[in-house]
Amino acid sequence: MLLSMHGICKSFNGIPALRSASLEVGEAEVMALVGQNGAGKSTLIKILTGAYRRDEGSIAFAGEDVSFNMPAESQARGIATIYQEINLAPQRSVAENIYLSREPRRFGLIDRRAMREGAVAVLRTFNLEIDVDQPVAHFSAATRQMVAIARAVTQKARLVIMDEPTSSLDEREVAILFETIRTLKRGGVSVVFIGHRLDELYRICDSVTIMRDGKTVATGAMAEMPKLALVRHMLGKELAAFEAIAKDADEGAQRPVRLSVENAGAGVRVRNVSLTVREGEISGLAGLLGSGRTETANLIFGADRLERGEIRYKGQARSYRQPAEAIADGIGLVSEDRKVDGIIPDMSIRENMTLALLPKLARSGIVDRARQDEIVASYIAALGIKCTSPDQPIKELSGGNQQKVLLGRWLCTDPKLLIVDEPTRGIDIGAKAEILRLLRRLADEGLGVLMISSELEELLAAADRVTVLSDGTSVAVLPRRELSEAALFAAMAHQVE
Amino acid sequence: MTTIETQATAGTVPSGKRFFTLAGRYGTVAAFLALILFNVLFTPNFLSLQTLNVNLTQVATIVIVATGMTLVIATGGIDLSVGSLMAIGGALAPMIFMGALFPVSSMPVAVALAFILPVIATALLGLFNGLLVTRFAIQPIIATLVLFIAGRGIAQVMTNGNLQVFRNEGFQFIALGRIAGIPAQVILMIVIAAIAWAAVRHTVFGRQVIAVGGNEKAARLTGIPVHRVKLLVYMISGALAGVAGLIVVARNSASDANLVGLGMELDAIAAVAVGGTLLTGGRANIMGTLIGALVIQLVRYTLLANGVPDAAALIVKAALILLAVFIQQRAGKP
Repeated sequence: MLLSMHGICKSFNGIPALRSASLEVGEAEVMALVGQNGAGKSTLIKILTGAYRRDEGSIAFAGEDVSFNMPAESQARGIATIYQEINLAPQRSVAENIYLSREPRRFGLIDRRAMREGAVAVLRTFNLEIDVDQPVAHFSAATRQMVAIARAVTQKARLVIMDEPTSSLDEREVAILFETIRTLKRGGVSVVFIGHRLDELYRICDSVTIMRDGKTVATGAMAEMPKLALVRHMLGKELAAFEAIAKDADEGAQRPVRLSVENAGAGVRVRNVSLTVREGEISGLAGLLGSGRTETANLIFGADRLERGEIRYKGQARSYRQPAEAIADGIGLVSEDRKVDGIIPDMSIRENMTLALLPKLARSGIVDRARQDEIVASYIAALGIKCTSPDQPIKELSGGNQQKVLLGRWLCTDPKLLIVDEPTRGIDIGAKAEILRLLRRLADEGLGVLMISSELEELLAAADRVTVLSDGTSVAVLPRRELSEAALFAAMAHQVE
Repeated sequence: MTTIETQATAGTVPSGKRFFTLAGRYGTVAAFLALILFNVLFTPNFLSLQTLNVNLTQVATIVIVATGMTLVIATGGIDLSVGSLMAIGGALAPMIFMGALFPVSSMPVAVALAFILPVIATALLGLFNGLLVTRFAIQPIIATLVLFIAGRGIAQVMTNGNLQVFRNEGFQFIALGRIAGIPAQVILMIVIAAIAWAAVRHTVFGRQVIAVGGNEKAARLTGIPVHRVKLLVYMISGALAGVAGLIVVARNSASDANLVGLGMELDAIAAVAVGGTLLTGGRANIMGTLIGALVIQLVRYTLLANGVPDAAALIVKAALILLAVFIQQRAGKP
């Protein structure tokens, strides 16, 4: 065993991120590390490399107990990490990047010739012949990744950790990367491959470690782990079941269609998505991480530009260039990452809630404060937002209350279609049920809701119909009566040929 | 974190941290009051209308420029071109009423145009800054560096590098005139600061400025026209720099493209920083900027009035900025 981590625990501000997690990697083994967002993969890796300190647990690397205090220490011992946003110096040459901070020296000066020759030689082992004097920024993402891997090899790395290495690569580039991984393996190097595309995992990995809620829930040989079982382990089952509040889509089959997306595509993340949202229904959008759910929402909302296919809203073809246009049409989007895309942290609850409504709240540019206060007060009451006053900065609220403010932000604009992306992420279980009930009530009042969720219980409880995405493609539409955990698992594990 | 927890932690804040929080909030005002007290005690003739007028007239142009700067900084940007735009505005005005651009048939009309056209010109140059920042996604510090460098050159080319000396009562009212005993430029300063203060608090545009600086991505996703907001703040900053340029040349009865507005961008940024507006954006404290400018002015006055040379006053000014930013940083830490 090259690496064995056992009983790793780690808390941040009292909130446990890892609860007795483990990871074992053999010599020359390619290990898949999978799990949903927040399962603890990154934290585990950061503890291994020394970026974080563990609270408990043991790590043995190459037969010795180790405890790295900083990434430089783990690198010196032969653990290299290749991040999604590759950590190279973009304006320096390929050769310089490969030897960064370990430049070959002669008489105390950098030996550029040795550096160049060394770089050419190591890249040749990966069948890559490029001009090593060019800045790395001139090359494609796949080549840059290869340079990062070459750097790891010259560091005599025994374990290479790749964090979602294929997320920005096209198919041809993925093939090149996989060939590189095989080369590494032949050289006796082990790889930890963090990824979400199941097909890729089965193609390249020998074994798999599955994490969920900060724990390692299953390990095994990749070939012996059926896709269905893998998905089931990843998503697992929440302890609390939600009360079923969904309605059969058939009931609403006669209702007019609010939104229809047909064969939509843009970039590599959204390939071919079709879905429908009717008036008064909660339409679910499911899929594993990286399946293109959020990207689809951004297309509908005009945050990204549609490249292929058609989006029809209230029967008319629409291609918004700006979210402002979608908003003017009565569409709202509660985005996935509250902190990054949602709240304006320093602004008050009042300001955050009325941000989208502001132009309508004003007479000749001046905000009607009385009406603003009235609206904010009514939504604070209706949504049950717990705060000391509407003047409180939103950053001081709990996740659930922040989410309610953001819901209020759209509800006060009286939308006809509301897209909610992971509406209950990072929210405690009581608030989760409350937000789902709220969405249901809104749908009953005629709102069309498109609910993106990674949590099956949530979809099972609230969605009237679920569209399943896999690798940027909608692979199944499950009406309420066919909706079950097993059916969702099966659809998500579906292989796109 | 729930609200209750927040309150609990607020109660257990260590006293050092609380000091910085209070200092961050009221430090500038406290410094202002301390300076006044010091002067009342030690500077002869401090409590006179003349001292007040001298200080206010000297600070007026800084406040006017810093008001625009506050808005730009609130969106997360910065405007280095204000000093050069002042030079352009200041060069343009005398050319108009002295008939260098077009023949003057009626002096009142020419004076009116001398007020309006330079401000429009600098506003358009501000728009150019804004376009570089938005359409071409150039970092504000670089984008406005373009006109910082080129602007003064433009002003010098316009005047052939000559000093324009003039005497025009109508035009110079903006600097030398008084309304009810108060210098006209001081009234202009107060009006501009008051409008900006009200705009930040009460208008859609003001709230959008703060939102763009607070979280640009979220602002775009709520339908805020991020580009338009940024274009507007750079235009406002340009226009206010133009106004300040008019005041300076009117005060001097002369326009020297080499000197008008020289170093103003730094004074304005200093006033904004001392006034408590974060340079990272998301806040616009116009009152703070006003007091910040007054503090800087008073420090200089205090040192000069007590026999400390101007060069040494610069060092104290720098130390003051350092202190203000330090206190804000400590206060802002969670």
